[in-house]
Amino acid sequence: MGSRALIGGVLAVLALVAIIAPGGASGGDDASQPYPTRQLEIMAPAAPGGGWDTTARAFQQASRDAGLDKGVEVFNVEGAGGTLGLSELVSKSSGDPYQLMMTGLVMLGAIETNGSDVPITRTTPIATLITEAEAIVVPADSKYRSMEDLAAALKADPGSVRVAGGSAGGADQLLLGEIARVLGVDPKRTRYVAHSGGGEANAAILSGSVDAGISGLGEFVDQVEAGKMRLLAVSSPVEAQVDGKVPPTIKDAGVDLELTNWRMLVAPPGLEDAERERITEYVTKVLESPAWQENVERYDWQPFVKTGRELDDFVASEQRRVQQVVADLGIGK
Amino acid sequence: MLVLAANLLDGFAAVLTPQNLLLAALGVTLGTLVGVLPGIGPALTIALLLPITFNFEDPVGAFILFAGIYAGGMYGGSTTSILLNTPGESASVATAIEGFEMARRGRGRAALATAAIGSFVAGTIGIVALTLVADPVASLAVKFRAEDYFALTLLAFASVTALTSSSLVRGFASLCVGLLIGFVGIDQLTGQSRLTFSVDQLGNGVDIVIVAVGLFAVGEALHMAAKLRSRPDELVPTEPGGSWLSKQDLRRSWKPWVRGAGIGFPFGALPAGGAEVPTFLSYATEKKLAPDREWGEGAIEGVAGPEAANNASFSGTLVPLLTLGIPTSATAAIMLAAFQIFNLQPGPELFETNSELVWTLIASLYVGNIMLLALNLPLIRVWVKVLEIPRALLYAGILVFGTLGVYSLSGSVVEVLVMYAIGVMGFFMRRFDFPIAPVILGVILGPLMETQARRALTASGDDFSVFFSRPLTVILLILAVAAFVIPHLPALKKRLAFGEDD
Repeated sequence: MGSRALIGGVLAVLALVAIIAPGGASGGDDASQPYPTRQLEIMAPAAPGGGWDTTARAFQQASRDAGLDKGVEVFNVEGAGGTLGLSELVSKSSGDPYQLMMTGLVMLGAIETNGSDVPITRTTPIATLITEAEAIVVPADSKYRSMEDLAAALKADPGSVRVAGGSAGGADQLLLGEIARVLGVDPKRTRYVAHSGGGEANAAILSGSVDAGISGLGEFVDQVEAGKMRLLAVSSPVEAQVDGKVPPTIKDAGVDLELTNWRMLVAPPGLEDAERERITEYVTKVLESPAWQENVERYDWQPFVKTGRELDDFVASEQRRVQQVVADLGIGK
Repeated sequence: MLVLAANLLDGFAAVLTPQNLLLAALGVTLGTLVGVLPGIGPALTIALLLPITFNFEDPVGAFILFAGIYAGGMYGGSTTSILLNTPGESASVATAIEGFEMARRGRGRAALATAAIGSFVAGTIGIVALTLVADPVASLAVKFRAEDYFALTLLAFASVTALTSSSLVRGFASLCVGLLIGFVGIDQLTGQSRLTFSVDQLGNGVDIVIVAVGLFAVGEALHMAAKLRSRPDELVPTEPGGSWLSKQDLRRSWKPWVRGAGIGFPFGALPAGGAEVPTFLSYATEKKLAPDREWGEGAIEGVAGPEAANNASFSGTLVPLLTLGIPTSATAAIMLAAFQIFNLQPGPELFETNSELVWTLIASLYVGNIMLLALNLPLIRVWVKVLEIPRALLYAGILVFGTLGVYSLSGSVVEVLVMYAIGVMGFFMRRFDFPIAPVILGVILGPLMETQARRALTASGDDFSVFFSRPLTVILLILAVAAFVIPHLPALKKRLAFGEDD
């Protein structure tokens, strides 16, 4: 370790001071200069260390390394699957192009499950950044050898398979609901045991109290490689190898369905089209920077970039889809 | 055994360089600062610093920095608990009960010292336990299912009913208030809103820190304000003397330290154990073992035990993290992210493939602990000056500090209002002599017990036999029943004896 560590330490202090005493004068924006012309704030609507927080901080670091900003601050607004952060963005920051928020599929589920009255379409979507594939695992000694086995069991009696995953209405339960629907059984009859996070769900799977688990692929890789769990399938194609081979998708196993846990940056409502374009240009530049590519690799994400009209259509279709699954599952409200 | 010692020495050799020591000192200082500042915990600090460690060439420096921040953050949290009655996080709620009473009686120095030294002792015991029994403990810990957690929570519940004071009825009334507060929020299992009255901010439930600051700090401040005119504002003299802990304090502290570590470590190792339950269990244990101490008026055992339990539970959370790759707390989740950045896979193979690094991590925890003592013991002299502020001003300051803390925790005015509402309730509870601690217990244990019971029932298809079908569950349930009944046996016997007299 060289003197870089020390410099890092000193930077640490500075970073902390920057957080404790945030600046941020508001006011007009000079459209002749490239965005951003002043400090930008990104809200991670969840706890530090979670998916949205990690993605926001990775974006912050890449933007800084690429020298594209005048300072980016990431702050957390925790709670209720991100819907608290969403309503704060919509109510407090309307028209402010320097307030962005990290969001994704999980928030769509939370909006429907919690009965939040602010739809995601109230925001101004800027760009999707990445996706993470969902994975379906069973304990190593399970009788289900393949995704086909599990699908057959679910089809015969959805209540016979106890599935552990994250919170109610999150990406994990949405996937289970969709699988049930595609298999032609009532999603309401699936037996899903919600946990507060990947760690807890992992422990439940290892303890043998459930028959299968669904979560982000990253949560399971260690356990699979250590031989404690068997990876049956992933919810969308991935490039990375797990335990020496590329995992099969659920589609390969005859469940005609694709679902990924995507994340995107959104801006508040009330922006003009030109403002949206300027922000999109900046975000796209960060996403093209080597620093961002490195982060994508570091965290085993899949790059997934959609902007503009294409993004609007994507968000609208994902919203319809989530509304349908949540209604099928009969959760929430 | 010899191999272990050799490994550990290698770890120390890697850690003990001037640069690393500087990083440890920096970490501890930063950690103490953010721990004292309301609203910023060690988890957030480490998350903020994580990107900076990308620049480190090897992970040792990062681990040392993090270990220092964590140790400092924990200790900073207990400092505000003791001096200002405003616990910054759930794990130091139990410390506030006796700690602040000690500070009020001029024993702040002893309280801070027993917290610091206790953290160090328990941290050390925890680290030793981690090195020796990580594997067996981890394989036992993952055997716990939802029904076992339910039984365990019931056992904790039964053991801490000692906190429900002399009057059972008042104690249970307080407990019910706590359970009710615990219900507020979006149900984790079904996503339904409960008792949120369409207020978005209540969706996340009422954080235990908000309840604790409301009941302890606001309630106490109102209580003081109500009595300010009728009583002269006497300043509490801090006790004289050069040493931090008197011989007598040390004698009273060391057993609670060891017991607290014994309670904290296994709970930390359980994937859903946490730090709150063991701190309260430790408090209850100490109260049971030495009932004739000045409980409620600053018994040092009530600070020593919970602080030790808190610290040992962190070493405990490293067990599932390192051996299974399962993070069980926010801080552990961020540590896991740090591991992954350096291409390390915590999990069953870590001890074999990267044993050097594991030992370095363990050694850096030691160094962090020692650095904490070295930096903070001299600082106690400065901290206790806070207590020399005249009472009216001190309580006003506590209100400001508590309000600021709750606001920065959530960034929402609603939660501040909730805190004050709970504070007003706390004032009336004090006024009419209802115990405060059971409310806190209800808020912590109620949701835990409910979630685990319902998880067990979901998995079993609503079949209650799930609670009686495995030996582990049954043993825990029997222990829980015993813990409920045994304290009441003498009274029951007496009553039966009277019956014969009639």
